[in-house]
Amino acid sequence: MTMSEKILARASGRDAVRPGDLVLGKVDFAMGHDLTIPPAGKIMREQMGAQKVWDVDRMAVVQDHFQPAKDIASAGLGKMTREFAREMGVKWYFEVGQGGICHTVLPERGLVLPGELVVGADSHSCTYGALNNFATGIGSTDLACVMALGELWFRVPESLRFVYHNQLAEWVEAKDLILHVIGQIGVDGARSKAMEHTGEAIARIDMEGRLTMTNMAIEAGAKNGIIGFDKITREFLDGRAQRGYTPVASDPDAEYERTFEFDAAAVPITLAKPMSPDHTAPIDEVAGTRLDQVFIGSCTNSKIGDLRRAAAVLKGRHVAPWVRLIITPSSAQVAREAEREGLIGIFMDAGAGWTVATCGACLGGHMGVVGAGEVCLSTSNRNFPGRMGDPTAQVYLSNPVVAAASAVAGEIIHPKEVVGRELVAV
Amino acid sequence: MKAVLRGRAWTFGANVDTDQIIPAKYAIYSLDEKKLGEHAMEGVPGNDGGWSQKISAGDILVAGPNFGCGSSREIAPIAIRGSGISVVVADSFARIFFRNSINIGFPILQSPQAAEAVKEGDELEIDLDAGVIRNFTQGDEYKCDAFPDFMNELIKMGGLVPWVRKQLKERRQKAHA
Repeated sequence: MTMSEKILARASGRDAVRPGDLVLGKVDFAMGHDLTIPPAGKIMREQMGAQKVWDVDRMAVVQDHFQPAKDIASAGLGKMTREFAREMGVKWYFEVGQGGICHTVLPERGLVLPGELVVGADSHSCTYGALNNFATGIGSTDLACVMALGELWFRVPESLRFVYHNQLAEWVEAKDLILHVIGQIGVDGARSKAMEHTGEAIARIDMEGRLTMTNMAIEAGAKNGIIGFDKITREFLDGRAQRGYTPVASDPDAEYERTFEFDAAAVPITLAKPMSPDHTAPIDEVAGTRLDQVFIGSCTNSKIGDLRRAAAVLKGRHVAPWVRLIITPSSAQVAREAEREGLIGIFMDAGAGWTVATCGACLGGHMGVVGAGEVCLSTSNRNFPGRMGDPTAQVYLSNPVVAAASAVAGEIIHPKEVVGRELVAV
Repeated sequence: MKAVLRGRAWTFGANVDTDQIIPAKYAIYSLDEKKLGEHAMEGVPGNDGGWSQKISAGDILVAGPNFGCGSSREIAPIAIRGSGISVVVADSFARIFFRNSINIGFPILQSPQAAEAVKEGDELEIDLDAGVIRNFTQGDEYKCDAFPDFMNELIKMGGLVPWVRKQLKERRQKAHA
């Protein structure tokens, strides 16, 4: 069996499962946020008739999408979310200013662990699979079912194996690699399937980069993204894991529907052009595109390493005239660390706007919504029409170094043209 | 739920994502199906808004591959249902949209044949039990892919809510026994 199959087999109390099987799986951890808890809580209590959450220690509720409340209606959603968590006694409740974006918060607090079955009422819940678990996004009625029963129905997915030979070239990051893959297979290339990443390049990508890769599994339509357990996983979890855990590995004779092989060394800096994550292009093709806004943020690319690299570009430089740069850290811990390292001062000196940790501009919520016809370069995960604001806005996706350099140039640019031969850490 | 549905077809292309089905800004109306319905499909480029005003109750949405990709927002199928659409037929569905539709008891059908052939405005009749779509305008008939029994059962029961109620009842009975 593949590691995804092993996790679903264990969670459903079976010796083995096969792709296509429908199973009832016991959930190890569940998450909801300010857009999904209000309906899920209502469905659970008023329609399903359940009065408590199955296990308050295995549930997180995060205020991140439209919080701090962007208007009166979202204040109402935040309030319902808060009251639900409080009344249920949810152990892992993250208030504005103390959590951040759910998909950064759960891994950094050691709440989602190897071998586990994790669900989140948010499509990017597939992020957690970098930590060797089966994690997938679900809807609000799904979440209500999990909260009521601790179980949910799953169709065992076919697994696709992605093998990355060699190492990424200079300037090329995990973001470029996953955009390149999505460009090759399309936004439905892994529809409802498991994306298992392996190979030499993965062994050398740090946990932040791995989380970026599994985060975007959904942009290929995948059910989950998953990576094997290794030294990098163990070191990330040491002193962090909230429970004991049992890693899983795919068997040598595991069956894959298909194996894709890539030469990681040949992958260029890759961006997604408007208006789809699979509409990818190497940087040379889009260089020179004039920008109105640059957004460094989201669960995909706004962790401390991302901010350090952005700061290395922005130190001593300034955002181009008539361009705005918005930097949104992905969690309170990331923000605290950025403050400690002096990164926030660098950003402010460069003329960037620094915000509280929130999903914010990524989903066109607040703090960076783009207007009609505007061109935006974003480090987030998807650029379907209207995702970040007006449906006629043109959104490009890139890694944070390209985003920072392009903010300085006022147009999409190869970062080496801004910083010289190599990136010097701040 | 009626086993035979009749209505006019409204067609869409490939990879229509949840931001096009219901833009995130309307997520503030998460608990108001009618309000969501008023804004259904509003984010589709070229759709001049007010799409749902043209819908007669029972009309049928027909789309290309990967319908409903993107966000996990359950308000996507809820908005479509709120607009008056009775069933969605697509070449294929993105998985969370698929789950959400089944969980809320909203009928969806996978039929690459229909997705390819149906034109906007065609008069359709759908026999949910037989999994057959009849096109009166074109005088044609299309087959639908069969879903696993459990999913059909969920749709027939009215979604995941009655199923969970049943499970909870069984658990309570077991605890008392």
